Amino acid sequence: MFQFIFRRLSLVIPTFIGITLLTFTLIRLIPGDPIEVMAGERGVSAERHAELSAQLGFDQPLYVQYYHYVTGVLQGDLGNSLITREPVMKEFLTLFPATIELAFCAAIFAILIGLPAGIFAAVKRGTVIDHSVMTFSLTGYSMPIFWWALLLMLVFSVNLGWTPVSGRIDVVYWIDDVTGFMLIDSILSGEEGAFASAVSHLILPSIVLGTIPMAVIARMTRSSMLEVLSEDYIRTARAKGIAPWRVIVIHALRNALIPVITVIGLQVGILLSGAILTETVFAWPGIGKWLIESIGRRDYPVVQGGILIVACIIIVVNLLVDITYGIVNPRIRHSR
Amino acid sequence: MSLLQLENLSVTFGNFRAVDNISYKVEEGEVLGIVGESGSGKSVSSLSIMGLIDFPGKVSADQLKFAGQDLQTMPEKQRRKLTGSDIAMIFQDPMTSLNPCFTVGYQIIEALKTHQGGSKKELRTRAIELLTQVGIPAPESRLDNYPHQLSGGMSQRVMIAMSIACDPRLLIADEPTTALDVTIQAQIIDLLIELQRKKQMGLVLITHDLALVAEVAHRVIVMYAGQIVESGPAAEVFSTPKHPYTQALLASLPESASGKARLEALPGVVPGQYDRPAGCLLSPRCPYATDHCRKVEPANQGDLDRQVKCHTPLDREGRPAA
Repeated sequence: MFQFIFRRLSLVIPTFIGITLLTFTLIRLIPGDPIEVMAGERGVSAERHAELSAQLGFDQPLYVQYYHYVTGVLQGDLGNSLITREPVMKEFLTLFPATIELAFCAAIFAILIGLPAGIFAAVKRGTVIDHSVMTFSLTGYSMPIFWWALLLMLVFSVNLGWTPVSGRIDVVYWIDDVTGFMLIDSILSGEEGAFASAVSHLILPSIVLGTIPMAVIARMTRSSMLEVLSEDYIRTARAKGIAPWRVIVIHALRNALIPVITVIGLQVGILLSGAILTETVFAWPGIGKWLIESIGRRDYPVVQGGILIVACIIIVVNLLVDITYGIVNPRIRHSR
Repeated sequence: MSLLQLENLSVTFGNFRAVDNISYKVEEGEVLGIVGESGSGKSVSSLSIMGLIDFPGKVSADQLKFAGQDLQTMPEKQRRKLTGSDIAMIFQDPMTSLNPCFTVGYQIIEALKTHQGGSKKELRTRAIELLTQVGIPAPESRLDNYPHQLSGGMSQRVMIAMSIACDPRLLIADEPTTALDVTIQAQIIDLLIELQRKKQMGLVLITHDLALVAEVAHRVIVMYAGQIVESGPAAEVFSTPKHPYTQALLASLPESASGKARLEALPGVVPGQYDRPAGCLLSPRCPYATDHCRKVEPANQGDLDRQVKCHTPLDREGRPAA
């Protein structure tokens, strides 16, 4: 097992180099100059521009800048934001819990709906249930996130008034930042109604963000279940005379979950990148919104650092998925 | 009362009759061999006895009785109590017939727990006994193995242990040795026959192997394209086959071709869903077929003890009757 994890970890190094290189060059390919953006409408004199360039190191050749950046990263220093002058890591850590909270709830929603829907569709293959599940999931998968968000907002927030339009909690509450997770902090604050308010703010963004992963999980579960249900060992299980639900839940699902777990792991990337749109529409103060704003400001260190951290998270999650895979599937555990 | 009694059993998938009005019975302690080419409905008919035919497959029969109980009318739940305990089945490919995610012990104990129950310790002891019975060395440690850690022969022994776990009265073995090495095949068959004799089970042995059937079966059924074309006591059917198809099967054995340059073979294949001929289903391949054979489907002649489905059954010399 350790050897397996070590082997997987060694693959991380080239990925890491690729990500730093890509973010570093891509953000610099976008037209625009961070110093001009900082100066705003007033503009900046040529001397002051040169002075600032030298101060921020933009006057040096690109490979030198990259060298400084990477050596910084290796020492755990992602640089400071050009706008706020705060360390990138610090800004990230302040905003990240909001994104995690949203992504976590979206994932729960996606799994809770997607997995049973997929199982059900597979067991009732070819029936109306199957077709409607598949139609819904295809619709969910192909719907543009921002449009879906606005649609839900229009119906449930504006017309029906069931949920708030945006933000993490109602303005009447002042919640101390203890863990950064609003659901937990609102309980800790002890204020009446704070938790309910936090939950109601989470519902729509979670559904919006969770829709694509839900659709993917439902489809994957269905096809995986269908494949497993036609396996010989399912016939053996049924020939033992055990109850049909046991055949499905114990014998089929355990095997069908193997590819589904991989897919759920891959959805973490979609959750984090999808958060960019969802957070922008719902004014959710997380890293998605932070990154979008930083791109607009040409805040090079924030964009580079932010994307690097997100990429690392995705890599770690995928590693965890591979390990889980080994736990669920004995054939992988033993084949060393 | 027969242990298993089928009368006009049919299994259809849409318009396709995979099993076409077959009737046979199995007595307590009897070994019944079912032979025939691939696609002749051997497996499907036995799956229907187990109640394992899924939608869109449809099973119908005038009679489908196990030890006097009507399998068709009994409630689903009651039927499940029979399957796996009184009627058990082992399958062709042992390597894919065991669930790869669970240990051997789990899968055997599951069968025991479903039908008999007992404490964890009792069940484990029973499972070890079963593995010993089927000749698996070091059964205690084997219990915790996963199927991928076993060889094919070992897996089939586990399958057998699982099927005899609840002392079935009828065991259906669907080509139990097809996927195994030749050396292992004999061992598995010996084991099956030994268990059958010891427990006095009815055994339905589905196979391609005519020599094997001749050796171990009391009675034999020859199937072709979903129909029983000939049945009777094994010795009789093989010494004096009455149906041209049985004759052709026997002639195609390498043993009967000694001294000849080529093996005998029956030209053509079993008709599928869309090319079923009118009249006798064998008529396009039968060397003796007449115009009458090509137009009118033959009826079954004789009773369940010795049956043949042919207009012109062969005589003792192997020539069609006039």
